[in-house]
Amino acid sequence: MKVKGRVFRYGNDVDTDVIIPARYLNTTSESELAAHCMEDIDGEFIKKVQKGDIIVAGDNFGCGSSREHAPIAIKASGVSLVIANSFARIFYRNSINIGLPILECPEAVKEINAGDTVSCDLSSGKITNESTGKSFTAQPFPPFIQEIIADGGLIKHLKKENR
Amino acid sequence: MGMSMSQKILAAHAGLKEVRAGQLINARVDLALANDITGPVAIKEFVRSGAKKTADSSKIALVMDHFAPNKDIKSAQQCKICREFAAEQNVQNFFDVGQMGIEHALLPEKGLVGAGDLVIGADSHTCTYGALGAFSTGVGSTDMCAAMMSGECWFKVPAAIKFTLIGKPRRYVCGKDVILHIIGLIGVDGALYKSMEFTGDGVANLGIDDRFTICNMAIEAGAKNGIFPVDDITREYLKNHFKREVREFAADPDAEYEREYVIDLSKIEPTVAFPHLPENARTPESWGKVKIDQAVIGSCTNGHITDLRMAAEVLKGRKVAKGVRAIVIPATNEIYLQALKEGLIETFIEAGAIVSTPTCGPCLGGYMGILAENERAVSTTNRNFVGRMGHSSSEVYLASPYVAAASAVAGYLTTPDALAGDTLTGDGSENATNAANGTKNGASGGATNAAENEVKR
Repeated sequence: MKVKGRVFRYGNDVDTDVIIPARYLNTTSESELAAHCMEDIDGEFIKKVQKGDIIVAGDNFGCGSSREHAPIAIKASGVSLVIANSFARIFYRNSINIGLPILECPEAVKEINAGDTVSCDLSSGKITNESTGKSFTAQPFPPFIQEIIADGGLIKHLKKENR
Repeated sequence: MGMSMSQKILAAHAGLKEVRAGQLINARVDLALANDITGPVAIKEFVRSGAKKTADSSKIALVMDHFAPNKDIKSAQQCKICREFAAEQNVQNFFDVGQMGIEHALLPEKGLVGAGDLVIGADSHTCTYGALGAFSTGVGSTDMCAAMMSGECWFKVPAAIKFTLIGKPRRYVCGKDVILHIIGLIGVDGALYKSMEFTGDGVANLGIDDRFTICNMAIEAGAKNGIFPVDDITREYLKNHFKREVREFAADPDAEYEREYVIDLSKIEPTVAFPHLPENARTPESWGKVKIDQAVIGSCTNGHITDLRMAAEVLKGRKVAKGVRAIVIPATNEIYLQALKEGLIETFIEAGAIVSTPTCGPCLGGYMGILAENERAVSTTNRNFVGRMGHSSSEVYLASPYVAAASAVAGYLTTPDALAGDTLTGDGSENATNAANGTKNGASGGATNAAENEVKR
């Protein structure tokens, strides 16, 4: 699976409350959640984000609450990949379970700026900053996790397997 | 090398003799929990999966606590989805308004979680039950759905960090100060993916409610779980509440720990986490004069009966400062009733506070105490992220019930000691706090160094 998009750049400890504030958790509608994605940290995000765009951030991305609404909102906003130095534990698990591609790659995070165009081959973990020409390699997920993500999440994956 | 306490519980539930850090296992779950926010997402997935029946409805708990009693039509719809699912799947442990309480206070009280259990919950503060010697951890709604379908969950076995507690907390210092101090020490990702295992002679000086508070905030250091050894205090609590068989596990003497810290409880000061991360721990000398608009005493972190007693001890015979809104929220109906019997509710109301029905409400900026632009709250809750309790420019200062109550009286951040010593001018004037500039590991406060020694192996 290959993805490509423009980069939104954030710092360390981006928490689930800024990814999707709790005041919007009275719905499970993916489009409603997406409409408020990153609202409290970057009011411009939802106005500017386009299908395929990529979020690049520092340490501990997705810390805080277990709300699956956070990766759901990011995915539904059109984001194709999140690259970070590290992810908070529950967010990491939730992203795989709902089919949001994520990669840990501190080398890439260091060399990618907001607005750069980045492409990535999720099966090999190769990340290319098309704006600078530099390439990086993240540890790709094992094939079974890649399949879960490609199928659009754990439940859809299990359903396909049981068919 | 032996196993940590958490690893032993995981091994037992996976039917394995031993497990190692990093190993992937599938394990039987004793209880899977969701609430009115995460439940509907799990139920939506359950329906989407085509599943007809849960694996074992007696091992599911659904608690309507976050936006209940419902704050708006959409929240009411969310609860309705859970209510209908519970009826259809015969989920007996469905707790609605009247029987409900804040989930992590309610489930131990109802005897649904206990020593040796493996518990998952679609709520990050599920790690609370480690106080009872259980392995419990927060997951997302899809994992919750999978557990409802199969009765199992997969885990990556965590490595452990050992916290040896020694000494006894001094007056007006409680579990909240201990955990804020520790998070200040190791940072919000200091225990990422790992178990925080508490041990040592100092454990005996912490009551069960203090242990709930400490384990509750393990997630704020990024941990997978926090856990206390089972001792007489645990046994006494379980004897009065727990309905199933107690299974006591203890770490092997040669258990492997990635790091070890020694924490002297007697040296811990009243500790407040400044905005906007729980790791921004500061002790009184570096608080400055932070004027507050609201004080919240409650939540899964500090809504227990001992927490209310702490607050009442400070508020007794005093008045909440003019311009401060003080909100007290007992975590469950049973705690509410106990507080009523002890006269605590009267104390709160006479002091000028309000007392709410159990709800998570203000902690996550849901309702029942939302902050306006630039307002500040001192709160006994667990997170002080940007916009957590309201407007994105508002600020939350995490504190113990003692400090929250004293601050409500003074109108700015202070301790019961300072209040009693009448060392305050009480004019409520404000100094800039530069709160958001606090740096990692408590360096800004410069005061978190006294009480610990890290033992590196």
